[in-house]
Amino acid sequence: MTRLLLRRGVGLALTLLAASLVVFVVLGVLPGDPASLMLGTAARADTLAALRHQLGLDQPAPLRYLLWLGGFLRGDLGLSFTYHVPVAGLIGARAAVTVPLAVLAIALSTLVAIPLGTLAASRRGRAADTVLMAASQLGMAAPNFWLGFLLILLFSMQLGWLPGGGFPGWNHGAWAALKALLLPAVALALPQAAILARVTRAAVLETLDQDYVRTALAKGLSETAALWRHALPNALVAVVTVLGLQFGYLLAGTVIIENTFALPGLGRLLFQAVTQRDLPVVQDLVVLLAGSVVVVNFAVDVLYVWLDPRLAGGERR
Amino acid sequence: MKPGQAQLAAGGALALVLVGMAALSLVWTPYPAEAIDVAHRLAAPSAAHLLGTDPFGRDELSMLMVGARTSLAIALVAVLAGAGAGIPLGALAAALGKWPEQALMRAADLAFAFPALLTAVMIAALAGPGTTNAMLAIGIFNIPVFARITRAAAKSVLEREFVTAARAIGRGEVSVLLRHVLPNVAPQLLVQASIQFALAIVADAGLAYVGLGTQPPEPSWGRMLADAQTYVFDRPGLAIYPGLAVTLAVLGFNLLGDGLRDRLDPRLRGRD
Repeated sequence: MTRLLLRRGVGLALTLLAASLVVFVVLGVLPGDPASLMLGTAARADTLAALRHQLGLDQPAPLRYLLWLGGFLRGDLGLSFTYHVPVAGLIGARAAVTVPLAVLAIALSTLVAIPLGTLAASRRGRAADTVLMAASQLGMAAPNFWLGFLLILLFSMQLGWLPGGGFPGWNHGAWAALKALLLPAVALALPQAAILARVTRAAVLETLDQDYVRTALAKGLSETAALWRHALPNALVAVVTVLGLQFGYLLAGTVIIENTFALPGLGRLLFQAVTQRDLPVVQDLVVLLAGSVVVVNFAVDVLYVWLDPRLAGGERR
Repeated sequence: MKPGQAQLAAGGALALVLVGMAALSLVWTPYPAEAIDVAHRLAAPSAAHLLGTDPFGRDELSMLMVGARTSLAIALVAVLAGAGAGIPLGALAAALGKWPEQALMRAADLAFAFPALLTAVMIAALAGPGTTNAMLAIGIFNIPVFARITRAAAKSVLEREFVTAARAIGRGEVSVLLRHVLPNVAPQLLVQASIQFALAIVADAGLAYVGLGTQPPEPSWGRMLADAQTYVFDRPGLAIYPGLAVTLAVLGFNLLGDGLRDRLDPRLRGRD
């Protein structure tokens, strides 16, 4: 396990490094002169020179990359071009919306999907299974920002139960903040839950087909006990895998749905930065978001081996 | 009923309606999709405007029809680009083995860290938003998807006896790949293509929705959803139709993929 962790850890570091290099080359080198891209063609020469100096563009690209990377490791992400404040502070404040939203969405989708998927598997071919699988086809097809919109129509505009947008911040009590995140989290969770329920159903069915389960049943184990003791752990491995694979989509969905609900999260910051050509912010955010996909997949890899120790064997050959 | 027939029929019907709508919009729409008519803005559905009009007085149905065309075109280009680059790369990785295979697969891992949205953000920061941006971003995202699947499928085919036999009678690697490997992995790739097509439609709607994809006045479903949001109190319906269009389109291509898989790959039958 330790050797495996070490190997995967080195892989993780290399992938993160490569991702940062890709982003740096695309946003910091390809534009030729990022300063004139940011200021537009009508910029005055002295303004351009000042910005070039502020961005460190008077230094060679490899050195700029190393300085940027070094700053990243110290938590210094440079200055935002539009806000004239450190990017790290901007991102920190916005992450307090985006990260809880994504976590809430993952929690909700798993809590809904595992029981429903198991139920569908235990009723294979019967009405409950057919209805659940048809519903999941619909759930997978609906874009989450549109679902969010439908939720606003129903729960906010018609029933008036929950806020349809905006965020009060965390210092006005956790409940008010959670209420503001609930509808977007449900909208993100529904398509995710649809996929996870299908994966759970398939994993449970596969387990129930195994010889050891048949033996257990023959020895008098009840069907419910077989589901809980044998099928569920296997379903968990499958769910964790798919959660890892889907994390990129979830992240993109989170960033997009912040627009629907007017949430001051990383997504809003990202799209504002693109519109205003605030390249330092775009560069830092893209690396952070891509990095989080890499880190989550690393975590899933490790969790995977922890859940199913047989997989560690393959590494020792 | 043959396996997968219900899904194939339902998915095929939905896809056909969509393609038909897009094709019809080339020669006829109830109104010109970009014709602004402020006097009749936000009109309720009527005989004159079956689905009503948008905040600029444009006919909603006409815009949906042209939007279908935009969406299909972007998805088609994105899938073709992804398959066109990904399939040869994956096949090459499987055939070469050793470090080229490792290098290609690590590159695919790296590409996976960039969802289409992030690629679109980077392109938009450089060159501005637009339809080409959406095609490129989704297309690039599709490359590692096709490369991985092709490699995995090709590797298992390359170990089969008929490949050994073909090599024994002196066939070159390229010829083996084209004549023996590709036909055997084609069904799997076709299934994946239809799933990626569905994903591309959602991704495109998302990109247009946040302003990174197709730009106004060119109609797109995502843009229509964004525009409708401001007028939700006056005309909630405006936000329903484009979303429903995306959902039905995605459902159609997903069902098509499921049906094809059940029909073409008996081992996976009834898995989910």
